[in-house]
Amino acid sequence: MFHTLLIANRGEIACRIARTARALGCRVVAVYSEADAGAAHVALADVAVPIGGASPADSYLRGDRIIAAAQATGAQAIHPGYGFLSENPEFVEAVTAAGLVFVGPSAPAIRAMGLKDAAKRLMAEAGVPVVPGYHGPEQDPAFLAAQAEALGYPVLIKAVAGGGGKGMRQVARAADFATALEGARAEARGAFGNDAVLIEKFVASPRHIEVQVFGDGSRALHLFERDCSLQRRHQKVIEEAPAPGMTAEMRAAMGQAAVRAAEAIGYSGAGTVEFIVDGSDGLRPDRFWFMEMNTRLQVEHPVTELVTGIDLVEWQLRVAAGEPLPCAQADLRLTGHAFEARLYAEDVPAGFLPATGRIGHLAFPDGVRADSGVRSGDVISPHYDPMIAKLIVHGPTRAIARLRLVSALRQTQVAGTVTNLGFLAALASHDGFAAGQVDTGLIARDLAQLVSLPEPAPQVLAQAALALTGLDRPGGPQRGFTLWAPLEQALVLRVGPDELPLRLRVLGPDHVTVILPEAEVQAERSAGHWRYDGQPAAPQHLEVDRVTVFAGQAVAVARVDPLDRAAAQGAGSALVVAPMPGRVVAVFAKPGQSVAAGDRLALLEAMKMEHTLCAARDGQVAEVLVEAGAQVEAGAALIRLEEEET
Amino acid sequence: MKLQSQVVTGSESFRANREAHLAALAEIRAAADRAAAGGGETARARHVARGKMLPRDRVAGLLDPGSAFLEIGAVAAHGLYEGAAPGAGLIAGIGQVMGHQVMVLANDATVKGGTYYPMTVKKHLRAQEIAEQNRLPCVYLVDSGGANLPNQDEVFPDRDHFGRIFYNQARMSAQNIAQIAVVMGSCTAGGAYVPAMSDVAIIVKEQGTIFLAGPPLVRAATGEVVTAEDLGGGDVHTRLSGVADYLAEDDAHALALARRAVAGLNLVAPALGAVQPPEPPAYDPEEILGVVPAGLRTPYDIREVIARLVDGSRFDEFKARFGDTLVTGFAHVEGLPLGIVANNGVLFSEAAQKGAHFIELCAQRRIPLVFLQNITGFMVGRKYENDGIARHGAKMVTAVATTEVPKITLLVGGSFGAGNYGMAGRAYGPRFLWTWPNARIGVMGGEQAAGVLAQVRREGIERAGGAWSAEEEEAFKRPTIEMFETQSHPLYASARLWDDGVIDPRRSRDVLALSLRAALNAPVAETRFGVFRM
Repeated sequence: MFHTLLIANRGEIACRIARTARALGCRVVAVYSEADAGAAHVALADVAVPIGGASPADSYLRGDRIIAAAQATGAQAIHPGYGFLSENPEFVEAVTAAGLVFVGPSAPAIRAMGLKDAAKRLMAEAGVPVVPGYHGPEQDPAFLAAQAEALGYPVLIKAVAGGGGKGMRQVARAADFATALEGARAEARGAFGNDAVLIEKFVASPRHIEVQVFGDGSRALHLFERDCSLQRRHQKVIEEAPAPGMTAEMRAAMGQAAVRAAEAIGYSGAGTVEFIVDGSDGLRPDRFWFMEMNTRLQVEHPVTELVTGIDLVEWQLRVAAGEPLPCAQADLRLTGHAFEARLYAEDVPAGFLPATGRIGHLAFPDGVRADSGVRSGDVISPHYDPMIAKLIVHGPTRAIARLRLVSALRQTQVAGTVTNLGFLAALASHDGFAAGQVDTGLIARDLAQLVSLPEPAPQVLAQAALALTGLDRPGGPQRGFTLWAPLEQALVLRVGPDELPLRLRVLGPDHVTVILPEAEVQAERSAGHWRYDGQPAAPQHLEVDRVTVFAGQAVAVARVDPLDRAAAQGAGSALVVAPMPGRVVAVFAKPGQSVAAGDRLALLEAMKMEHTLCAARDGQVAEVLVEAGAQVEAGAALIRLEEEET
Repeated sequence: MKLQSQVVTGSESFRANREAHLAALAEIRAAADRAAAGGGETARARHVARGKMLPRDRVAGLLDPGSAFLEIGAVAAHGLYEGAAPGAGLIAGIGQVMGHQVMVLANDATVKGGTYYPMTVKKHLRAQEIAEQNRLPCVYLVDSGGANLPNQDEVFPDRDHFGRIFYNQARMSAQNIAQIAVVMGSCTAGGAYVPAMSDVAIIVKEQGTIFLAGPPLVRAATGEVVTAEDLGGGDVHTRLSGVADYLAEDDAHALALARRAVAGLNLVAPALGAVQPPEPPAYDPEEILGVVPAGLRTPYDIREVIARLVDGSRFDEFKARFGDTLVTGFAHVEGLPLGIVANNGVLFSEAAQKGAHFIELCAQRRIPLVFLQNITGFMVGRKYENDGIARHGAKMVTAVATTEVPKITLLVGGSFGAGNYGMAGRAYGPRFLWTWPNARIGVMGGEQAAGVLAQVRREGIERAGGAWSAEEEEAFKRPTIEMFETQSHPLYASARLWDDGVIDPRRSRDVLALSLRAALNAPVAETRFGVFRM
């Protein structure tokens, strides 16, 4: 075993690898970019080496610096994690050339699987079923269209060098082919610098089932399958093992095919063979086809770990250190069922846009494996993937494991950023998913239902109101005192994009009535604990001006500060006037032109200084009242905006 | 030291007392609710339709969430002006803004446009007086048409009339008691000086107006036709005239600006003296309603009330064995030290001397005084006059009048005759004077007054050789008795601002705590007593 391991990655996977490495007695070297100096994976390491700027191209993709860091710290091996340099054969060669061990497959093996069309040819030769299609070098649009016609629509256009859904288009009719091809090519060019595509038959009711394989360079075995059919725009959302509806016959067929694939390229280490499966008529051994092989540890590897009891990173390190495969195929057992859900900082209602923010609070329930690379207080930066954690659960049956997943998602607490937790919980509770009827189109079909979060309950909003006003904290006996009629304080809360007016009637230190537009909530404290209409307060996290209440879903509520409203001075005024006597040097505004607040409208020279006159608000220029060169008095109207519609 | 209550809370008399007090409370509550409702539904709806917050909501919006609001003169003008001015059209009281106690004065524009009736002026001046004595920053939420013209003779010319408001503002500003005005509506004529005389003025855009003469008067005087906004709107005053300093978008924004202005006053928390950890009384204040007899004629031990007011019901009684119709001693309310002077019967010479002695002690130690007033007067009769009860009474009155420690008076029963003076009645400048619903105030009881008048009358008739039957005498006495009954009622008194408000006896402890805390905003000066008639 290695005495020192460098982990050329960041985030949850760097942390996850570090834990196993440490458990094996290995000293851990982390590398980090400027943006990650305080990151969790750095804190977890024995030694950490800075390798450059925040942009991956300046740090985590700088193989030379990573190798130098390994040499400087006495590391014997480099674990690449996933992403970044994990499937870069040049890096593997450089690592080997530097006398270090790359924890993963050989450069030729990576190359063999790197180009999709070549990989498919190779697999077909090795007797692995592949999806019918054109994987050749001819890229003439008319030729490709003819191929598509021959395969029969619908077809899929895929970038040869692609991955992650980039450069991929589904085409339903011949008429759409040319446009789709152009789009796929443009995207592929941008993402991979290679716009070559392949054409495949599109599989109806497709399921994404992949097989975890492990090789020692010649021999390989498989660790059963994972079902990753729950995808949104080709991004996996929830993965599970085993695949729902899997039969022993199908598993054996897929396992053997995967092992053949791995052995065909002399695979060493952990890899995944992805198949597309036609699930329209149950799982049948003649209806799965090779798609691609991922020559690295997968994001979703923990579900396999939970159903096999094997630590895949441990295996990777042992095999990389020269040990034989730790066990034989016959020794492997599949126990129970596991799910993984990917928790991201993303704005689901806005179309799953990546979000950023400081994680003010992060807590996972007991009994769930949470692989996370961030801690409370860490920042989700725009530089990297906004993953917060992977939540992995296990249960004796799929039904139990799924309920545990739902429960874990409802009890996970993230404050400081929006997340996809609500979406994940809705997905985990989806009837079709519960019944095991999964396919890659499920999310897209039911998206509207999955992204519509339930309205926060009045009790939750009442709790937020008390937290934001400090009324839930101990107050003296005179709290809320009035001689006769109680006072009611008006308050405006911001809940997501909505503003919610409410009123607080403080009846005493232990009793507040919260009056919402359509409900009235009694907040009462006894023995130090608040109850809202009798329901115990949910856990909450309070930051200066924002509270997150964790009541099944995280409800982030802020108080609208009237002082935040646009400062009165000048704003809203229709006239732009000369602030002092002077000469108009230039007029930029033209009648009818639309301007935004802050736009330059004119330039005035006065007292030997140039004054830029800007629009105080958005609007349209109604009239320009002066010309360049004019001498004007203080207060002279220069430009008039159209009156605001109110 | 801990008081032991002798009251049986399950007794019939306890229940009967409680019921009588609850009935009296309900009467006050109804009056207070009426005042809080301002100018009625229509006026309130019109006010809200203009985008304005209701005056009590403005007060709430200014204060820290959940902070106590100690209202002054809540039922002012009750029964006056044919009910035209509920609450005298002005809300006044002490609340907390950014952690500091401030005096809030808010015009209720739903009541006759927020114009100043005589009681409005009196209430405004009383609130300012409290602010000045206790060094409380003033926040004026202005929305008023100025003096109520039909009542101009009673609001304009005299010393304690309208002009005194601005005099007070200037005097307070000179003492570094901040004056902050928020113009949320009209601010006309004399009223224009409220913001103008303030240290900081905020005005709400297209809603607040400030001018010496409104558009109709301008037109009448000079023929100039001008809109209210062009004459004295927020834009004009923050951009051209400089009469106001901040332009607010709306009421909520204006109140937030006012809160920020208070935060910027650079105030430090007052020194509260030897504060102890607060502790509730050992006896439930709720029981006050049962332990205090419903009628003033039934004597009871005032310590039963003290036991339900002070921390831990602990009372360090001073001179318990001497002059026992006056109870004196030290205690704490909400951790704040205070000296209590409480009536437990008619005042005799010894009791008056003891009272003067105890007040001297408190002045020496700078401990605030709380007077629990339930007094029919000083003892009368030849023996007592000859023994110099007026001399001893004068000692107590001198002590009360000249001590510099804050005095807070609570009328818990009768307040009659010279007893009122010795027990820090209104004329003796207590920082606060609060009344229980069962209290009665007058120069003497109605029976006694009618008796005196009937005696004089009988002598006249009999001197002329006539006869006066018992029935005739009864009929003669009735109007006087009825008049005294009406005029001694707390609502009659509070309507005229003879006190600062009628309170729920069960909340006396909270009222005292808030009053003490307010009083302690001002440093306690060295006392110089007057000549004691020895």
